[in-house]
This record gives sequence, C-alpha cells and structure tokens, in this order.
Amino acid sequence: MKIAVASGKGGTGKTTVSVSLALSSSKPVTFVDCDVEEPNAHIFFQPEMSGSETFYLTVPRVVEDRCTYCGKCRDICQFNAITVFGKTIMAFQDMCHSCGGCFLVCEEHALEEARREIGRIEWGYSRDIKVFQASLRVGEAMSSPLIKAVKKKAGNDQLVIYDAPPGTSCPVINTVRDADYVILVTEPTPFGLHDLKLAAEVMKELGLSFGVIINKAGIGFDKVNAWCSENQVTLLAEIPFRKDVAEAYARGIPVIDVISGLKDRFGKLLKELEK
Amino acid sequence: MKELLVLSGKGGTGKTSITASFAVLNQDAMLVDCDVDASDLHLLLSPETREKNDFISGVTARVRPDDCTACGTCVDICHYDAISTSEDGIAHVEPFTCEGCAVCAHFCPENAIDLEPDHCGYWYVSDTDYGPMVHARLIPGEENSGKLVALVKKEARERAEKLSKDIILVDGPPGIGCPVIASVSGADMILVVTEPTQSGLHDLERVLGLCRHFKIPACVCINKWELNKRLSEEVEKACERLQVPVVGKIPFDETVVESLVQGIPVVKYKDCSASKSIANIWSAIQKMLNQEEQK
Repeated sequence: MKIAVASGKGGTGKTTVSVSLALSSSKPVTFVDCDVEEPNAHIFFQPEMSGSETFYLTVPRVVEDRCTYCGKCRDICQFNAITVFGKTIMAFQDMCHSCGGCFLVCEEHALEEARREIGRIEWGYSRDIKVFQASLRVGEAMSSPLIKAVKKKAGNDQLVIYDAPPGTSCPVINTVRDADYVILVTEPTPFGLHDLKLAAEVMKELGLSFGVIINKAGIGFDKVNAWCSENQVTLLAEIPFRKDVAEAYARGIPVIDVISGLKDRFGKLLKELEK
Repeated sequence: MKELLVLSGKGGTGKTSITASFAVLNQDAMLVDCDVDASDLHLLLSPETREKNDFISGVTARVRPDDCTACGTCVDICHYDAISTSEDGIAHVEPFTCEGCAVCAHFCPENAIDLEPDHCGYWYVSDTDYGPMVHARLIPGEENSGKLVALVKKEARERAEKLSKDIILVDGPPGIGCPVIASVSGADMILVVTEPTQSGLHDLERVLGLCRHFKIPACVCINKWELNKRLSEEVEKACERLQVPVVGKIPFDETVVESLVQGIPVVKYKDCSASKSIANIWSAIQKMLNQEEQK
C-alpha cells in the first residue's frame, strides 16, 4: 500500500503527519521524502545513511565539426534548448528536458550524450524504517525527474509513505500519482482552506481517493471542517494547536512523542486505510 | 525602480503575511504574487480584478485512435513513459505525464498524433487598496509554473514602469525549483523569511545558496523567533557565516493567528508586537534598497 501525504499550502504539517504515520506502523515501512527542493524528514528520522548516488539527465553536446547546421534539432526541441543560426549552433543544457528528440533527428551524429547533474539520492535506516530522500542541486529548476528517480529507487514495500512537496503542479502530481490513498494536510485558516480546495481538485482530476487531516486545530476558523462535511470529504484526524507541539517540532521531535494517544490514533488510521 | 522578492525555502513561514504587510506599509507599490500553484496574497489584499487572461503554454500529445496502426513507435520513443497501449495495441497518451516534447508526433509513421495547446491557467491584473496587483492561478495539476511566473513578472514590470512605481513587491513560491528560479530573475533584493526550527534552518541554507548562485543580495528575517531562542541564535550564526544580514526578528504573537483567520494584513493591528517588528524590518529593507541604488 502506498500513501502520499500532500497539501496545497506549504508549512501545514505534511512532514509531521508522514513521519508520524511511519513511526506508528506495525508493518515494515519505506519512507520516501519527495520534497526534493527542501527535504526535511531526515531531521525527524536521523537516519543512518548507507548509500547514495548522483542523479543525472542526459543532455546534448554539440560536436561542431560534424554539424551541418540543418536546424532539425532546433526545430524538434520544444524547450528552446538548441539554437542554430548561420554557422553557429548552441545547446543550452540547463533548458533541456531530456526528451531525446534531438539525438534522433540528427543524421550527422553531431550531438553526443552529455549529462547534467540534477541532484543526489540517499538512503538508509532509521530504526527499522527504510528512509529514502533526494535533494535537488541548488540552481537546478527541474525537480520532477528527481522525484521519479527517488521513488523508483525506493521501490515497493508493505507500506510506502510519500512525503510530497507543497503546491499543486508537476512535482506534486509526480509524487501522488501511483498512490493508493492521499492524505491532505491543512490548517484551519483561510489560506489553508483555499489551498486545500486546490489540492482536492488535483486529486479528483487524478481519480485518487483522499482524506483530510487538520493540523493546528482549534485556532478559531471552523470553515475547513464545514467544507469537509459539505463535500463528503473524510476528516481523518485533527492535531491540536499547542505551543509544546510547535516547540518540539522546532527541535526535530515528532508530534507523536508529544501528544499522548496520537500514535495509537495513527496506527488505527493506517489499519483503516488498508481496508 | 526596485524589486523586492520574498522567499522562504520552507513553506508556511510567513512570506504572504509579511508581503501583505509591506504592501500596507508602502501604500503605493506594484504587487505581484508569484506563488502561482497556491496563491494566497489575494486572500489578504482583497483585490478587485480588472483583467483576466488565459495562460496557454506548451502542448500535450493526443493520439487519433482511428489513425493509429498500433505499431508501438511512440511507446518506445517516449522518454517519460507517458504512452500506453490498450489490448488491441492502440496508443493512448496520459496527459498528466506528457511533457509536450512532441517527439512522438514527429516520429509517428501515420501522423496519427496531434499536439494540442495547453490551457495551463489564468493571470489577472487587479486593484487593491495598496496598489495594483498582478497575480495568477495555475490550473491544478498543470505544468509550466515557471513560465507563468516569468509572464506575471514581465507584465508587472511593464505596468510598474508605466505607472512610475518605485517598488515592486513580489510574494514568492516555496522551494528552490522551477517557479522560484523564475521569480528570482530580475529581483534587486531577496528577503528570506525563516523560522527557528531545524527544518527552517536547513531550508534557509539552501535558499541562501540559491541567492548566491544567482548573485542577488539577500537578507533574512526570523519569524516567531522566540519559539526556540537557541535555534534563532543558530539561524543568526548561519547568516553571519554566510555574510547575510538579519534585518529583524518577529515575535510569536497571537494577533498574527487572529489576522490570518480574519484575512487581514497583520500590520493593520497597529499596536501588536509583530506589527512593530514588521514595520522596523520594512524600514531596514528600504534603507538597504537605497544603498544598493547608490552602489
């Protein structure tokens, strides 16, 4: 079973929830931190890393003396990564999406395969939880290929938990799309509700079942609860807004170590979701 | 004209609350929301929309099943595994996975693949009580957020020039990837909003790395700073090591929570301690922007 933990808005508690779920599981669990731009789960797991690898994309490099400047590579590239004018050709490797089209259309073999570093993938154990994470190279724009790569590396397990990046666009889609269930974490504010609606829209588009966890519950805005019941969206749990929780989070301590009974609650939730 | 971009790396540290407060304090800025995935600035500034435009960018491949001969060329050629086949071998493109590279259409021997332009979202020009605002909405699940950010910024800049604005205030997206890199382009200064948590500290270092990579001067403010004083000190030390000034610290203040719930920029609550800190930070940033100009 694969569970993805996502949210439209950032900072609502995705990592808090996903880490807690992993720690509450009675079954073998693989945890994948898919927020490759800002991976944070390791702060709570303190895993002992046992392996790592650098992830690259294949990009074109021009072999000038073979090039006839026909422009076919430029014409097929939808990402403006190759320009040809007169007797000049330039490949902008940073713009390349690695579709492979330019290599296929070049009849002169004037493009050779080079590689661009996207980021690093690491894995290890935190107690008996297998933890995978990846971090995007600073300055690299494309996080989606790295998300796909770390998920592939992690493979399958009895329970796989994906900690998603914030937002509603491609990095989130690439995280959640093969999940059996998605937990949307929100906070009871107008921001939280607005972004929850957007995230719910994505899950519906993708045909994924989802439920909601409200974090920082009790700060005085009840429209999230109302929205859930009006739209027949399952409210899975609420985590209360407490200063000691925030303080523990600051130090990298999981919320289940602070709120008594929460671990059992999450353990039960996992069992319910498996049904 | 100067452009200030507010970033954070980690989400939910207070970018939007602070940008909205700066808008109130300045009264006459050009305002931009570059968080096109999950834009929230409009929830605090209640804009009146004057212009709504479609954002069409990129293409998605679509197979015409009647013309497909089930040869499998497209399936083999797609680097994104976006094409699958039904039992009879007819190809089907999964639109969410398709990157719009057009390679399948180019190599289809039957010319059975069309490339359809993507309607990825909308962008708006609005009026607020504190100046005009350019913002956008990516249709949930769509691609090209970086291009939409670039478009929003370009439109805002052109309008700001026409209106002789002194400052453009930009609310940025979380992270350090595509939409953030598009937001950074053209900024004169970046304010990074962080919080005294292990996650905040980790993400701060990465986002400051990004500022350095693109050679844009940065400064930092610590939100909810006394939530963990030791970690706040660590943030300050990290900033000192990276030679980035800390322009202020905002206390944890219940009024901020209240202002969020009410959908009102926090500096409207004039007497609260968070408001005072934000006002001081705004003065410090104005000073720094002027100094940059004199350089």
